[in-house]
Amino acid sequence: MDSDLSSQDRKDLDKFIKFFALKTVQIIVQARLGEKISTCSSSSPTGSDWFNLAIKDIPEVTHESKKALAGQLPGIGRSMCVEISLKTSEGDSMELETWCLEMNEKCDKDIKVSYTVYNRLSLLLKSLLAITRVTPAYKLSRKQGHDYVILYRIYFGDVQLTGLGEGFQSVRVGVVGTPIGTITLSCAYRTNLALMSSRQFERTGPIMGIIIDHFVERPFTNMAHMHPCSYRTPGEDEGGTYAGIEDSQEVCTTSFSTSPPSQLYSSRLSYQTPALGTVDLCHPTAFTAGAHPHQMVVPGKEGGVPQVPAQPNHGTAAEHCRIPSCPNGQSPQPAQPTSCSSEVKTVFCDALETTFTRKVGAFVNKATTQVTTTSLDLPFAAFTPRANDLEVNDPMVHPPPSPAPSSPLQGSLHSNSSSHSGGQPQDDFVMVDFKPAFSKDDLLPMDLGTFYREFQNPPQLASLSIDVSAQSMAEDLDSLPEKLAIYEKNIDEFDAFVDTLQ
Amino acid sequence: MNCRSEVLEVSVEGRQVEEAMLAVLHTILLHRSTGKFHYKKEGTYSIGTVGTQDVDCDFIDFTFVRVSSDELDRVIRKAVAEFKDALGNSGSDGMGQISLEFYQKKKSRWPFSDECIPWEVWSIKVNVVNLANEQERQICREKVGEKLGEKVINIVEVINRHDYLPKMPTQSEVDNVFDTSLKDVQPYLYKITYQITDSLGTSVSTTMRRLIKDTLAL
Repeated sequence: MDSDLSSQDRKDLDKFIKFFALKTVQIIVQARLGEKISTCSSSSPTGSDWFNLAIKDIPEVTHESKKALAGQLPGIGRSMCVEISLKTSEGDSMELETWCLEMNEKCDKDIKVSYTVYNRLSLLLKSLLAITRVTPAYKLSRKQGHDYVILYRIYFGDVQLTGLGEGFQSVRVGVVGTPIGTITLSCAYRTNLALMSSRQFERTGPIMGIIIDHFVERPFTNMAHMHPCSYRTPGEDEGGTYAGIEDSQEVCTTSFSTSPPSQLYSSRLSYQTPALGTVDLCHPTAFTAGAHPHQMVVPGKEGGVPQVPAQPNHGTAAEHCRIPSCPNGQSPQPAQPTSCSSEVKTVFCDALETTFTRKVGAFVNKATTQVTTTSLDLPFAAFTPRANDLEVNDPMVHPPPSPAPSSPLQGSLHSNSSSHSGGQPQDDFVMVDFKPAFSKDDLLPMDLGTFYREFQNPPQLASLSIDVSAQSMAEDLDSLPEKLAIYEKNIDEFDAFVDTLQ
Repeated sequence: MNCRSEVLEVSVEGRQVEEAMLAVLHTILLHRSTGKFHYKKEGTYSIGTVGTQDVDCDFIDFTFVRVSSDELDRVIRKAVAEFKDALGNSGSDGMGQISLEFYQKKKSRWPFSDECIPWEVWSIKVNVVNLANEQERQICREKVGEKLGEKVINIVEVINRHDYLPKMPTQSEVDNVFDTSLKDVQPYLYKITYQITDSLGTSVSTTMRRLIKDTLAL
């Protein structure tokens, strides 16, 4: 099969598949960042836009992808998968979808590699752009932030769909036939979005440790499985931690011919292993078929994050990477090692801060009990201004500039009741007593403000007072017969009363 | 060569018509647009880069991806606005169809004019519904969003069958295959037409057939 393919075509095809895989991961992860993506069209080819599509390269994602690939290419029996999961602030996690780039044995030997395959891969990436906005995880990812975050994990090898729950759906993004096999891109997504308890996710136990650290001021790069995923433009790179786009990619094919063969550009491949500071990443060991690729190695100094026993894996580094939310489209943080932590801090601290912020309106006394006027049986009683916010509602009131002795009216409000909670010395405000509309003077022997004050602090009920509780049950029972005798004597009155009710 | 024809149907509320049509048309055009061709010597050409951007709908719980070309967006919006106005003026039934047709031009000898040969036609049938209250509108928002998602999946399915596509043209023939009038992207030659169905369900004399984009200008 390979003998039919020229060596140049084979090299080109391998390159196409490699960069197709990298771009696929970029598209998927960027679609789950929680923000709208926008890139510009350019009429002049720059030589670095693979498949003639403007897809930014987030360096961390490229690094993770290349680490997962570990020099291999997706091939027959070697699928590349991107798993998207959701993690709540309480530590519950749930797999949402798994994107699979697979290859089967069905070959299309007559197809032109440099032209048809390239264009069809470009079309497939466009389809991927469209489909990533359609699956249920997209809406969830747009709303991520305080309550949950979206994580991604890249692994190589057998596709694992068991974490998607029952009844998961599958959508095929597309297929491209090549001389060495047919590339298929598909997505399996969860339909049952009920959050399961963390106990059902024992294999993702270590992730819970991550959440604990969310609220602790620790730089996230110390956790191997959590990588800052914010995208920084090359200018903000500190210390050249990651290789720039121009250095880390080959110049892509941009030149075509209307008659074969086409001329291709190629340049040196320069890829620098990025230094990740204190991150101790698990590195791939030898290929071992059937092993669980779900390995995360966490440095012990993280404290509280349990170690996962190092298992032989498929030669991929499987890390969970957190995609932080940028709700305001904030520009990325400048310091790479702390970018995620500061962003996360921003995300979660905002949540913490907002819970402690109380907006206190102007002219507000301390919180007082709600006084209802419904018992007054007055028309429009609900609209009568309360004594505490009289000065707010009444346009006639202007707070005096100086803490004046206030109007004589204020004294009247404070004088009558012995216990009133609202009578805080409000030097800046004038308590104005005025007759509410439609108030009936004969109903209450006092003015409204006094009424409110009195009723805010009613005397305790006699039956609830301590003296009464000292009375024994026996005494209660003894007094019952007397009470019954009185009621029997007045039975006619009671009957008449009941008749009036009917 | 047979023209490939695909029909999509959507039921939307009046204010969702525009966004639903934009979502479908832009999704199709995303797949049917390339970067600008730059021809060089020796019959080679290079292709520019196509950017994309996400568009959130206001009246539908949906986000679609379109090509980053304001010119193209303007043309499509104008067509959709005319379709929407025609739907609104047609009467209370609100049924219509908007078609996106990709065609090739075939040069004919003088005095015959060039032929337009369609190779792919997408027809989107629209049924406008009236809703009574806000709760129904909210449900409609979500439902139409899901439906549009299904339509996008349908579109992607058709496109990825890799059926007939015009051959890449030489420099002299490029205007017969692509619309080269835009400065940043290059869609295949296309035209958008629409039909409004009256209450009888048939297209009668009140049918308007407007050619929004026609490079022939007969």
